[in-house]
Amino acid sequence: MDEKKRARWLDVLYLAMVIVPFILCMALKIATTPASEGITVTGAHVYFIIQMPFAGPAAFSTLPITESQVNSWAVMIALLGLCLYLTNGIRVIPGSRRQVIAELIVEKAQSFVNDNMGERFAAFAPFVAAIMGLSAFSSLSSLLGLYPPTSDLNVVAGWAILVFCLITYYKMKGGFVNYLKGFADPIPVFAPFNVISELATPISMAFRHYGNVLSGVVISTLVAAGLQGLSSLVLGWLPGFLGEIPFLQVGLPAVLSLYFDLFSGCLQAFIFAMLTMLYISNGFPEEAYEARQARKSKAKLA
Amino acid sequence: MLEIAIGIILGCCALGAGCAMIAGIGPGIGEGNAVARACEAIGRQPECKGSVTTTMLMGCAVAETTGLYALVIAILLIFVAPNILVGVLKNALASIPH
Repeated sequence: MDEKKRARWLDVLYLAMVIVPFILCMALKIATTPASEGITVTGAHVYFIIQMPFAGPAAFSTLPITESQVNSWAVMIALLGLCLYLTNGIRVIPGSRRQVIAELIVEKAQSFVNDNMGERFAAFAPFVAAIMGLSAFSSLSSLLGLYPPTSDLNVVAGWAILVFCLITYYKMKGGFVNYLKGFADPIPVFAPFNVISELATPISMAFRHYGNVLSGVVISTLVAAGLQGLSSLVLGWLPGFLGEIPFLQVGLPAVLSLYFDLFSGCLQAFIFAMLTMLYISNGFPEEAYEARQARKSKAKLA
Repeated sequence: MLEIAIGIILGCCALGAGCAMIAGIGPGIGEGNAVARACEAIGRQPECKGSVTTTMLMGCAVAETTGLYALVIAILLIFVAPNILVGVLKNALASIPH
């Protein structure tokens, strides 16, 4: 009985972890946004600025906390809460619906990674699932009226740099010399182009995700503003508040939101995860790695 | 005089953004081709629908990249560049002795 009570309290706590961060973010946004702003396209608002304990140029001595940082932390806490909620009270024999859902998610992630990367990279499933969930939930947070963190280049650039470090690490698994040799492929003259294409990987990953989400935000804002102008043009001759009803704004923005927020957000999350897997598993020099391991074990024996 | 200069800057930024978005033609044609071939493939082999759709979406995303570069340039030109360029102009005017 006591065990059951504890589990129920934990459930409440975990569900609160999912919901409360978003409510706090919305409250913070409402509290800090001036009322008469109208329709504008801006970057992330800076909520407050932390003074760093050391002096220096302004870029280093101050730490601005922006909307995208706060919202991405909210998304991370909510995802953690969701995972804890789904796995709360799991047993060997599935007894609850949520355990079935959790097992389904884990199995899907594992088979997804196994299909695309092969058995060797099976341990990548949690990483890929995490980056996919983070990206999808970040983009979907715009459904709540929040600023989606993925429409800030800094956030997705951070993810892309992380993935780039992983790619480079796995490319170096075949030895550093082998990694450098890869740049002189097919002939050494191509080395500068190879370096550029290597550096273009994180840039294109970041810009792809950022551009897709941002274009959705910009287009929905423009359409909303245009419809508002159009309906005031049609109804403007009516006296009083009747002329200010934006009746044309009913419907079309919702359809756009369905495409840009739901479809495009989930698709970009899928594509980011897919490209992560493909780059890592394609960059891995399998033969060189095997040869190196064989050489190492031979050296150990001798 | 300053008003005319700022007007030219704003107008040229808008024109440049419009020119940059010409790049949207390429991904449009490319993605259209990809989707057409995917439809053909699904028509020929309906049992491969899942993997064909997945591959098509991947290819579309990669083909879209050039269009998105143009979009980022256009957005920078509209929202970021005018402020910087007007600031540069004002600084230059301030540094000229009258």
